[in-house]
Amino acid sequence: MFYREAGQYKTSYAADQALFPILQDRIGIAAILLIAFVVVPLFASDFLLNSFLIPILVLSLAAIGLNLLTGYTGLLSLGTGGFMGVGAFACYKLTSIFPDANIVLLIVVSGVASAAVGSVFGLPSLRIKGFYLAVATLAAQFFLSWCFIRIPWLYNYNVSAAIEVPTRTAFGIPVTGPNATSVTRYLVALSIVVAMTWVASNIVRGRIGRTWMAVRDMDIAAELIGIRLYRTKLLAFAISSFYCGVAGAMLAFLWLGAAESESFNINQSFLILFMVIIGGLGSIMGSFFGAMLIWGLPIVLRAAPEFFGVTVRAATVEHLQFMVVGALIIFFLIVEPHGLARLWQIAKQKLRVWPFPY
Amino acid sequence: MDILYKILIDPFLQMGQAPDLFVQTLWEGLVAGVLYSLIALGFVLIFKASGVFNFAQGIMMVFAALTLVGLHAKGVPAFLALALTVVVMLVLAIGIERLVLRPLVNQPDIILFMATFGLTYFLIGLGEVIFGGEPKTMITDALYLPRGSYEWKAFGGFVAFQKIDIAAVIIASVMVAGLAVFFQKTRIGRALRAVADSHKAALSVGISLEQIWVIVWFTAGIVALATGIMWGARSDVSFALQILALKALPVLILGGFTSIPGAIVGGVIIGVGEKVGEFYWGPLLGSGIESWLAYVIALVFLLFRPQGLFGERIIERI
Repeated sequence: MFYREAGQYKTSYAADQALFPILQDRIGIAAILLIAFVVVPLFASDFLLNSFLIPILVLSLAAIGLNLLTGYTGLLSLGTGGFMGVGAFACYKLTSIFPDANIVLLIVVSGVASAAVGSVFGLPSLRIKGFYLAVATLAAQFFLSWCFIRIPWLYNYNVSAAIEVPTRTAFGIPVTGPNATSVTRYLVALSIVVAMTWVASNIVRGRIGRTWMAVRDMDIAAELIGIRLYRTKLLAFAISSFYCGVAGAMLAFLWLGAAESESFNINQSFLILFMVIIGGLGSIMGSFFGAMLIWGLPIVLRAAPEFFGVTVRAATVEHLQFMVVGALIIFFLIVEPHGLARLWQIAKQKLRVWPFPY
Repeated sequence: MDILYKILIDPFLQMGQAPDLFVQTLWEGLVAGVLYSLIALGFVLIFKASGVFNFAQGIMMVFAALTLVGLHAKGVPAFLALALTVVVMLVLAIGIERLVLRPLVNQPDIILFMATFGLTYFLIGLGEVIFGGEPKTMITDALYLPRGSYEWKAFGGFVAFQKIDIAAVIIASVMVAGLAVFFQKTRIGRALRAVADSHKAALSVGISLEQIWVIVWFTAGIVALATGIMWGARSDVSFALQILALKALPVLILGGFTSIPGAIVGGVIIGVGEKVGEFYWGPLLGSGIESWLAYVIALVFLLFRPQGLFGERIIERI
């Protein structure tokens, strides 16, 4: 009833190609942004910001990065954690070398280092495909994890082999480190994620995204119609790693405030892959849904027994949580293998024809 | 020049000077390799018959070993516990087929791969709820597995062979031989191979896919049990062992996803390469290279032979 595009005429190509061509979508997105930028910082508690909103933003960005590679280009990667780590450690080195630079800028620039590393590990992708490529990226994951421990230069010869995030400012306001408030960190993270999501959604709609999808659907056919495979795949690796790198830098600087090799281990890679698959392969929106579900679910599960007044031992909750998450992953895959993004599409379609079934 | 000397010449000099150490390293590598290939074997079985890349093989191994140890701790005699564990693996196989594979039939590979991830999480949780998270000792003695070691005087020194390692190699060989006979000679084995070649063709000649899947997952479960006993006897039975499933991946790459002999040869190459590399070249890079060396070996290998040593040639059509 409310969600109708009838009567919305487009009179220019620009209007036709807009990111949100439907008025209701534009209103919806404006409302979400308004809530995220104004209402949340005013009312959200530190707990909500630190353990829910900031993590989801960071993980969503990483999931978008992996989605560009796996969902749009069809290259399965298990090295996400490693690439995120490159971003975090690069940002740490950059901020040690340029302590006075704007930290937000450094966070984004550190993605470049990650992109470079990602392209190097993307080199085998022309010759190997599918699960074989996944193992090649696994090599990247373990090699990078090893580097984060064995190259002391990366963490400034710190005894604990971890990076401790110093207080750094942007425009005179402390953004990272112990002096930064949660609200500041949240707003910075939100701004970066919104900007990069906007860029990503335009990349995948444009020429680059179309070549990626052509390669995903059938790489030989794509090559025959004149797409340069190597360049396309490497570009996908580079941009995807850029996103993951920025997400990694944000994870260390805006969320945890410290990081070590363990923060970027293989489990992190799998977690992001879950988010992409559950959210929906080849959907930017799905990356957010996936991150919310995978990150939010354990928190909800932990709170659930208390809510119902049942006391369960903490260890048991931890174990049950594993079981429930595992079962839910299988359940979601069975019910909707195309992920939450598809559910969202179906819901939108239903809204469009409501009150009629079709 | 110095670094080149250290990389290209010095390790070989060391091998020549202390051949007993070299043989020892080779042996350790061989045993590790055989155990990797046992895990890889579980992968290959399932991949061949159902095209599913079963990430849960590692946790199945831990789960089987835990069940065995847990039952024994409850006072069940060792061999009865072994039999009961086999039954548990059968129930698990049927459950997986019913609840996971059947609803997901005809989905893309990556979805099935993800489903086995879900399975991994589920089994980790289930295992911890039932048996607790702390590491346990494998019941080596109750199963009459030998312990201690032989010392072989040779090359001006001695080489130690752990008896449990020798047992592992023998059991692995027997199992591989058994599987080979099972695949080549029996009716079910032939049906398995038919399914591996083409699901549709197998269905059309009256082979029940559901039944085959249960059999295959059950076989993989038994392989997992044997692997779990062996790994458990070498270290403790703990959930950390499931990470070994990842070590089986480079083995699969080397051997090819569909080849049983490939899994064995690949396992030995990876195991030996890893140990020798760590021992002789590791100190140059600050040790710990064992964690990624296997993957890099596999990666280099892939660049020359994308289908692995024994894999079927990949033919692509439009």
